[in-house]
Amino acid sequence: MSDPARESEVEAKARRGRNIALALGLALFVILVFVVTMVRLGASVTKQPF
Amino acid sequence: MAMSEALPTAVQTPSKHAAIKAPARWQDFVQLLKPRVMSLVVFTGLTGLVCAGRWVHPFLAGIAILCIAVGAGASGALNMWYDADIDAKMRRTRGRPVPAGRVQSADALALGVVLSLFSVMLMGMALNWLAAGLLAFTIVFYAVVYTMWLKRWTAQNIVIGGLAGALPPVIGWAAASGSVPLNAWLLCAIIFMWTPPHFWALSLYTSEDYKKAGVPMMPLVAGPASTRKQILIYSLLFTPLCLTPVLTGLGGLAYLAVSALGGVVFLLLAFRLFRSKAGETGAQRNDDGLYDVRAGAKDARNLFAFSILYLTLLFATLLVEHLMTIKPLELL
Repeated sequence: MSDPARESEVEAKARRGRNIALALGLALFVILVFVVTMVRLGASVTKQPF
Repeated sequence: MAMSEALPTAVQTPSKHAAIKAPARWQDFVQLLKPRVMSLVVFTGLTGLVCAGRWVHPFLAGIAILCIAVGAGASGALNMWYDADIDAKMRRTRGRPVPAGRVQSADALALGVVLSLFSVMLMGMALNWLAAGLLAFTIVFYAVVYTMWLKRWTAQNIVIGGLAGALPPVIGWAAASGSVPLNAWLLCAIIFMWTPPHFWALSLYTSEDYKKAGVPMMPLVAGPASTRKQILIYSLLFTPLCLTPVLTGLGGLAYLAVSALGGVVFLLLAFRLFRSKAGETGAQRNDDGLYDVRAGAKDARNLFAFSILYLTLLFATLLVEHLMTIKPLELL
C-alpha cells in the first residue's frame, strides 16, 4: 500500500476516485438488494389469501 | 484497490510498460470489464429475456440484465488477469490496464472473483437459480475452460469457447421463465455457429499478432487456405440455421426477411473470402492503424464487419417483433 504521506497529487486524486467508485458500488448493491427484497416480498404478500 | 499489496509480487505480471507507473484510476477498472463485449452480451441477453414471453417485474428484468452484464464483465477481468502475458505481446491488447502496468494483476483477479460472486448470487436471489447456475457456468467456462485451457492449446479454441458468448440469451430466457426450451437453445446455436466465421475472418488479417503471442489461431495452425475453407463451411451451416426460428414460431415475417437477405449477403462475402488470398503472406495488416488492411485482406475485413451487423440485425428484429406483442399495461 502506498504511503499517503508520500503520494503525489496525481496518486491522491486517483486513490480518491477509486474510493468514491467503490463506495458508490457498495451503496448501489445495498439499494439493489433492498429493492429486490421489497419487490419479491410484495409479490408474495399480494398472493396471500386474506 | 488495496488487495494486491497483500499478495506476493510473483503474481504481478511483468511488462516493459509496467515501468511507467501511473496510478490506477477507476476508469481502468471499468476497462477490465470489457464494456464493448458487455454491451453485446446485454443485447443478446435482453433478447432472450423478452422472447421468453413471460411477465417479469421490470425492476427484476433490469436486475437480470445487470447480472448478465456484470457476469460478462467479471469474465473479462479474469481473462485480462490470466492473459496479461500474451496481451502485452499483441498490438490490439497491449494497452489494456494490466499489461500497461496501470492495474496490478492481483487486483484484476480480485475484481473478477468478487463481481462473479456478486452477479451469480444476485441473479439467484432476484430471479431464479436456474439462471444463476447458467450464469455461473458461463463465467467458469469463459475464464477457466476457454482462457486457461483452450485458448493456448488448440486451434478450435474459439469454436468451443464460443459457447460462453452464446449462452447469454439462454440466461435471459431462464431468468424470465425459469426454463430453457428449444427456442432458447436455438438463439444459443445461432451465436455459437456465428463465432467461427466471425473470429477466423478477423484472425486472417491479425494472425501476426497471435503468432507473436503464441496463440494457436486457425490461420497459424492450419494455414490461411484451410481457414478460408472452414469459414465457408461454417457459413453454409450458419445461414440456414438463422432461418429456423421462423419454423419454430420464434421469428416472424420481418425476421424471415432479415435473416434470408442477410444470409445471402453473408454467404456471398464468405464465398468471396474463400476465393481470395486473405491471410497469405503480404496480405497482413500494415502498422498504420489497427483496422487498416491491405488489399488481399479486404474480403476478410468485409466478412468480419458484416458478421457483426448481421447478428445485430437478427437479434434486433427478434427483439422488436416480441416487444410489439407486449401491451403497455403488462409492464405495470
